Amino acid sequence: MAVDYTTQTTGGIGDAVLRKEDRKFVTGEGRYVDDLKLPAMLHAVFVRSPFGHARITAIDTSAALALPGVHAVLTHATLPVETGVLSASNPGGDVRHPEQAILAKEFARYAGEPVAMVIADDRYIARDGADLVHVDYDPLPVVVDAEKALEPGAPLVHAEYDSNLVKTLEHVTDGFDDAMAKAARVIKLRVDNQRVTPMPMETRGCIGDWSDSTGEVTLYTSTQVAHFVRTFVSIVCGTSEAKVRVVTPDVGGGFGAKLNTYREEFAVCAASHAVGRPIKWIEDRTENAVATIHGRAQVQYYEAGVDDNGRIVALKFDAVQNNGAYNMLLTPSISHLTLFMVPGLYDIQDISIRIRQTFTNTTPTDAYRGAGRPEATHGIERLMDAIADDLGIDAAEVRRRNFIQPEQFPYSSATGLIYDSGEYEANLDKALELSDYAGFPARRAESEQNGKHRGIGLSTYVEVCGLAPSAVTAALGIGAPGWEHSTVRLHPTGKATVITGTSPHGQGHATSWSQITQTELGIPFDDVEVIHGDTAFQPYGLGTYGSRSLAVGGIALYRSLGKVREKARELAAHLLECSIDDLEWTGTAWQVKGSPDRAKTIQELAYAGWTSASLPEGIEPVLEATTFHDPPNFTFPNGTHVCEVEIDPETGRIEILNYTAVDDCGNVINPLIVDGQVHGGIIQGLGQALFEETVYGEDGQMLTPTLVEYLVPSAADVPPMTLSRTVTPSPSNPLGVKGIGEAGTIGASAAIVNAAVDALSGLGIRHLEMPMQPGRVWKAMQEATS
Amino acid sequence: MGQSITVTVNGTVHTAEVEPRTLLVHFLREQLNLTGTHIGCDTSTCGCCTVHLDGDTILACSTLAVQCDGSEVRTVEGLQADDGALHPIQQAFHENHGLQCGFCTPGMMMAALGVIEQQPDASDDEIREALEGNLCRCTGYQNIVASVRAAADQMARS
Amino acid sequence: MIPSTLEYTKARSIDEALAAVAAGARPLAGGMSLLPMMRLRLASPGAVVDLGGVPELVGVCEDGDELAVGAMTTHRAIANDPLIARHCHVVAQAAAGVGSMTIRNRGTIGGSLAHADPHGDLPAAILAAGGAVIVRGPGGERRVDVGDLITSYLTTTIADDELITQVRLPKDAAQSAYAKFHRRAIDWSIIGVGVSIGADGVRAAATGVGERPMRLTGFESVLDGGGSLEAAIARAAEGLSPTADLDGSTEYKQHLVGVLAARAYAEASSR
Repeated sequence: MAVDYTTQTTGGIGDAVLRKEDRKFVTGEGRYVDDLKLPAMLHAVFVRSPFGHARITAIDTSAALALPGVHAVLTHATLPVETGVLSASNPGGDVRHPEQAILAKEFARYAGEPVAMVIADDRYIARDGADLVHVDYDPLPVVVDAEKALEPGAPLVHAEYDSNLVKTLEHVTDGFDDAMAKAARVIKLRVDNQRVTPMPMETRGCIGDWSDSTGEVTLYTSTQVAHFVRTFVSIVCGTSEAKVRVVTPDVGGGFGAKLNTYREEFAVCAASHAVGRPIKWIEDRTENAVATIHGRAQVQYYEAGVDDNGRIVALKFDAVQNNGAYNMLLTPSISHLTLFMVPGLYDIQDISIRIRQTFTNTTPTDAYRGAGRPEATHGIERLMDAIADDLGIDAAEVRRRNFIQPEQFPYSSATGLIYDSGEYEANLDKALELSDYAGFPARRAESEQNGKHRGIGLSTYVEVCGLAPSAVTAALGIGAPGWEHSTVRLHPTGKATVITGTSPHGQGHATSWSQITQTELGIPFDDVEVIHGDTAFQPYGLGTYGSRSLAVGGIALYRSLGKVREKARELAAHLLECSIDDLEWTGTAWQVKGSPDRAKTIQELAYAGWTSASLPEGIEPVLEATTFHDPPNFTFPNGTHVCEVEIDPETGRIEILNYTAVDDCGNVINPLIVDGQVHGGIIQGLGQALFEETVYGEDGQMLTPTLVEYLVPSAADVPPMTLSRTVTPSPSNPLGVKGIGEAGTIGASAAIVNAAVDALSGLGIRHLEMPMQPGRVWKAMQEATS
Repeated sequence: MGQSITVTVNGTVHTAEVEPRTLLVHFLREQLNLTGTHIGCDTSTCGCCTVHLDGDTILACSTLAVQCDGSEVRTVEGLQADDGALHPIQQAFHENHGLQCGFCTPGMMMAALGVIEQQPDASDDEIREALEGNLCRCTGYQNIVASVRAAADQMARS
Repeated sequence: MIPSTLEYTKARSIDEALAAVAAGARPLAGGMSLLPMMRLRLASPGAVVDLGGVPELVGVCEDGDELAVGAMTTHRAIANDPLIARHCHVVAQAAAGVGSMTIRNRGTIGGSLAHADPHGDLPAAILAAGGAVIVRGPGGERRVDVGDLITSYLTTTIADDELITQVRLPKDAAQSAYAKFHRRAIDWSIIGVGVSIGADGVRAAATGVGERPMRLTGFESVLDGGGSLEAAIARAAEGLSPTADLDGSTEYKQHLVGVLAARAYAEASSR
């Protein structure tokens, strides 16, 4: 590992502090939703459509109801809800949002769509009952491919519309046509960013508990966005939002899969209301493969107008996004994020973008780690290599010639973003040095002697993170703001409670937030308790997604800490009988400048604030502050990934020999956690590049429904990685942080594909689609050499 | 249709009635309330449910509870010393940031103990090979390998 | 993820096990294939008989010019057994590569053969070695060559009231090897090829090439006729038409048969 640090058990900003969360997880005392038991709790199993598209003509629940232990079988006709699933996304304002009933109403539009819900004493009986529910289906024509869905005469997923088009996103700059006309050459590339499945190791699950006597609804659910869920449960189930409490226990990974509000979450609440007992549902893995959102599924057509030096003078991007059968929480906005990032970190001012979103008879797609941005990065980074190849320029050099330069920041992109900061070339140089890019030709020659094809690939990326300024989300048609909440409360004993609206599921917020608190308020790391994931304790919050937790939630915390510190200052001045201007902050205390003997520690001030025996005029008791922080801008993490591969010409297997990533996420709170995020992100990108694809048959059947067919890689299938960093602090927030959760995934896939294409360039191969499974690579080699 | 079984779990003898179809993982989680053993798949692919049965690592989701009658089972809850001290494998995962969301961690640690027992001197590559049956979606495995390496070293020293 | 209701008995002897299967119970060996199928309800046996309590079904010993391997011997035990390593390397090597460590701790050689997965490694390795199984039923014991055991997808010639009790491996298969190709380490083989070079010539067999493991007769005949390895590879997939799927085309899989046959042959030759 290229980043050196020594771990420690406590610390402040910048220290590699071991996580305070760990102990419960390594002892088996983590509490995930399936670990919770409520008194009198019943269990639900859903009956799901086996067809990609069918009319439901009859549902016979009698046999299931006759099974001892079955309490109810609910269908669309009997589940007490007010509406279907809601989406918060309407970019452009005229997105087609068909009704998505909680249980299928008349039509099932993808394999796995829930049709009925069996409620029984335990999950074994519920499962038996599900087998006894007889549904009559009248199969209908199916379309699964997004491009075919747009062809005239394609089967209509929703008969109420005249086509499968959901929405066309367009953005064309005024000078585009002229610029493209002047290009010395035009380089074209088609990239299929295949459908993948997030596959957090913990599937989804929830428990709905509706109290008849109080009208209160408590939903325990494995989610990244408890407050969204609360709002939507109140609307869908027809109750006051103030009566709804959403509890997020420990969450076993999300990656966007749990950045949503799902039918099952509404169904367990409504069913609990109907049956009068708490109801738990835990998703099977095979269910997860069809019932939880998928990601990517975007086909892209690039045309780059290039001058003789390899400078892109105009860029055309035309894509088709497969939205699946319905729009989920943010579905129509995901490819909108792609739109933003089409130019990447290159200075391209003349641009033409069209993204057509379609319905198909497949599971809906939505945010998967990176959410629209990996698609943009993968495409433009493949394109840069195609340009380099076409002009005979080195892949690093062609990037240098197109980079936005440091003096151009803040940089206004052709898609309307203001990039905050970055030194892309310095970052690239560091990655090239660490990966010994210059020494590659010798290594390639060595591989050739051993009969192997060797290649090296680059990916330079920038992402838009820190979602999001609320005025921007509103302008983009997202029906939700982008601010985040924090409360900091000091107890009379000097301990601190930090309440955050972010909702970690592996990111270590308790540790990082404690570090920030130690540095900013002088409360020792171990004296800080971080509370999240329970709407009863959080006034409001937006949650954890889009690499936003630190860049938005962390700043909300920072500002609350500052407010507490300033209140403590007024109190200290009062107690020390001096002016606040006479005081200086030592890191742990307010003291009279130059007089260490005249000081009040933050703990002393916490006690004084609580006792309230003597407060300055106009100051309320207790050191506590709350902040709702709305970020003024996005943040723009960036970096360079370098991958080196060897390909076995006999089998087509790609082996990764070296992987180097140099990321710039601005200032770092905890390097241990940052590296962990990058490691995991890279391997998810690698998974997409080499192993993973969610495949449907033409009949709408899911062909990859288990972890046997859907190839999440293991330790044995992935390489060690070398990580390093450059730091250009974000000027958009006082901590100078940018976000790191999605960077690895965004950077990885193109670096790996570029390396593989480079390895086979001698055979005349110019492009490979993902996943680059051996059979596909071998076929490409056969076709190239025959 | 219950069948009586006696299973020693983490040193405690449990006699219970189970339906023959009850999976060991559900017996542990639902009847014994040992919820540290998790379920991540339906196909014996993910390793989240790895426990030790009579000293061998096995998948608790692909084993019937009745098959374990008369056997000894060790789960993640049985790793800590009586005084609460973490087992070296637990300590190593903590010290090497070998976990993020924590869901795969119990199974990963139980599998890792099997690796260390069979190959105490395993190289990093051998550790990776031996953990082929345990999936983690968070860490990218880099720190898991480091954790297992550190635990193996620590256990060899003590 | 929940099996259907079932009855369970644990046999303490082969006779008890035979009585149970005669009464309709499905044999449960290591359960590494059966349990997942039951959980997905691809299999819903009303009754199972657990063979895990029959000591005589476990272990490896020499018996004349063969090794007698108890049907309930685990993959791990086979991979680590010194007799099999010395006399029948191809089977030890194949067993070492099955699934994961946890699967090898439970999965058994008899279970693999009886389950007859068309991508299973052990059936092909044992076929390459020239092994056989001992099947016991109401009428006594019979010996079945592995080549005659598996007839098609998940189907064998074992009757419902019979059990595999033993696997017989020849001791003259020391010069042998197994080469497999798969995507992830834990995955089933896309193609796997076992090769054994014995006094009677070369035996080669592949998994993943159809509904059952198949001998590579073209490959064998070229080598037995003194032909070159190159010529043998060219005929390795003769008569085989593996099904195209997400792992690759028929042509790719045919090609892999040759690649893996060559690799296994090279390794076997070097032993």
